[in-house]
Amino acid sequence: MHREKLFQHRILPVATIVLVIIAIWYAGAYFMNAPFQRDLDRRGNVTSTSLEFFEKTMAQPKPTLPAPHQVAQNVFENTFLRRVTSNRSLVYHAGVTLSSTVVGFTLGTLLGILIAVGIVHVRALERSLMPWIIASQMVPILAVAPMVIVVLGAINITGLLPKALISTYLSFFPVTVGMVKGLRSPELIQLDLMRTYNASGAQTFWKLRVPASIPFLFTSMKVAIAASVVGAIVGELPTGAVAGIGSKLLAGAYYSQTIDIWAALIAGSVLAALLVAIVALAGKVADRAMGSKPMGRPA
Amino acid sequence: MSIFTRAWQSWLALALALAALATFPLGISDIPVPYVPARMFSVYVLAIGGAITSLLPLPGLFLAAVLLVCSHFSTGLLLSRLTGNEGSGSVAFFLVLAANWLLAWRCVSLLSAIRTRSSTFDALLRLIIPAIFGAWILILWEALTRGLGIPFIILPPPSAIGARLMTSVPTLWADVQQTVFKAVVFGYVVGCASGFAVAILADRVAFFRHGLLPIANLMSALPIIGVAPIMVMWFGFDWQSKAAVVIVMTFFPMLVNTIAGLSAAGSMERDLMRSYASDYWQTLMKLRLPAAMPFIFNALKINSTLALIGAIVAEFFGTPIVGMGFRISTEIGRMNVDMVWAEIAVAALVGSVFYGLVALGERATTFWHPSNRGG
Repeated sequence: MHREKLFQHRILPVATIVLVIIAIWYAGAYFMNAPFQRDLDRRGNVTSTSLEFFEKTMAQPKPTLPAPHQVAQNVFENTFLRRVTSNRSLVYHAGVTLSSTVVGFTLGTLLGILIAVGIVHVRALERSLMPWIIASQMVPILAVAPMVIVVLGAINITGLLPKALISTYLSFFPVTVGMVKGLRSPELIQLDLMRTYNASGAQTFWKLRVPASIPFLFTSMKVAIAASVVGAIVGELPTGAVAGIGSKLLAGAYYSQTIDIWAALIAGSVLAALLVAIVALAGKVADRAMGSKPMGRPA
Repeated sequence: MSIFTRAWQSWLALALALAALATFPLGISDIPVPYVPARMFSVYVLAIGGAITSLLPLPGLFLAAVLLVCSHFSTGLLLSRLTGNEGSGSVAFFLVLAANWLLAWRCVSLLSAIRTRSSTFDALLRLIIPAIFGAWILILWEALTRGLGIPFIILPPPSAIGARLMTSVPTLWADVQQTVFKAVVFGYVVGCASGFAVAILADRVAFFRHGLLPIANLMSALPIIGVAPIMVMWFGFDWQSKAAVVIVMTFFPMLVNTIAGLSAAGSMERDLMRSYASDYWQTLMKLRLPAAMPFIFNALKINSTLALIGAIVAEFFGTPIVGMGFRISTEIGRMNVDMVWAEIAVAALVGSVFYGLVALGERATTFWHPSNRGG
């Protein structure tokens, strides 16, 4: 019964939508590549049947919209068939992006937690800092990323750190907001209980506030890591196309290697999805380790 | 005893200011523009006077006002001395600066401790406290860049950025028009509207919703900004390609939030609507959409930031010779860092105004919601 439901309400609809998207993609590829192909045929005085013509639109070297199988083939080749150290390997580029993502995410999470602890405990900070934390996200930091990289490069800070700093800036915000909420989540009655135990401020913090905030932490970390990936990718754009998913995108844009762009996009998406999944898993493990009972599935 | 722990900023400030006085003068001896003794005198009088006053048992509001005036006047005089003497900040200079900063901190703590019944006064406090904090970010930035003589290329002082902002208003305005009024507004409206429309469709057709929701959830976690080069190839260099990036970026948050919002109405209310024999559209318009409004506005807020970022980043991949992203990337190439910072300031301002407008719209439409009623 349960399995049947899972199939009917999850797998079947998702599979259908994915198939529809792929069908639309193929149709789009045909219609967007057709004008160029028609032009090419006319110049080469080639007449082809509609089936041949369709096949040709699916196999252009630099199509306007590459067909799904072209992208899939490119991703497969550059992921599994190349050596990991090769400059063309997507694994290599994803690894570069991954390293700055992880460094930035770690720094951002620590910074976010630190600020949240400050805001919860120092009233002056709450009233003066919180509005600026929110305002800080109004600065389109991604737009500033190139400057941060160039400026830090000017004072000989290059490589991993500048990119990681952009990820840090993007990821600290959700963590701060989530942790402030989480550290404040214990109710008055629970805080009163701690007071009747004559618990010190530190004890209340470690034994009540921190455990209560863990679920909030993981929820905001999921948002933060997705933002970190974006920060790392955009941070790679101005490094002059050296390495990383972002540089792969830029190189593809320069040389009109559309298939490469799409492959890089897929690689970045897979990376982001994997990281979010890992954080979600860690959250579940932490949740269970802290003794929360698995809740009944909501109807 | 408690005066020592509560007013520790004042004590420390007093100590720092006295230490600075001991290492008088406020700069190395061979500075290009000599300082006016009377001015330096007032810097010390204000800082030390403020510190001592704040230790007296006086009403908090009065003390805060005194500290506000003393620390900021003292700092202003201190900074004005830097003109012509860039990079000549001495130990004493930074000690007095730190003393004033501590006094301002004390002022903020005093202000935050004030409990008031009057709502106007409370609103004023809500404005002043962050304003002091923001002002000190600028002051420290200015003092550190100019006092330490940090190269202009690395970090220009805020005063230089402000001056640049004032002199290049026409350029900045043209950039804002290109990026915001053309690309962002169009993309935002179309992206949000289509996300909303698809959400309604998904709400109507359960099969579609079951299939779409996991995919949409996944998509909103992905680095969608990567489609920027593709859109530039498809739609050309002008604003249309930027609008396309904005549409793709704003679509999924709107879709996910609207679907979540449409299930926010309780079953009791829905049953009531059914007992009124209201059809799908009546229930939607009169119950479920109003209930979904907080979620929809959440998406609108997220999207207001995303839209600006999307348009600016998309301009890195090719633009006509106008636009905020174009300006940033070319001026950084020419090492006109002050212009880049001016553009950033404008972007932050535009983003804040955009967000503010959405927040005002939220206040006007969801005034009934508990999060807006409780104050």
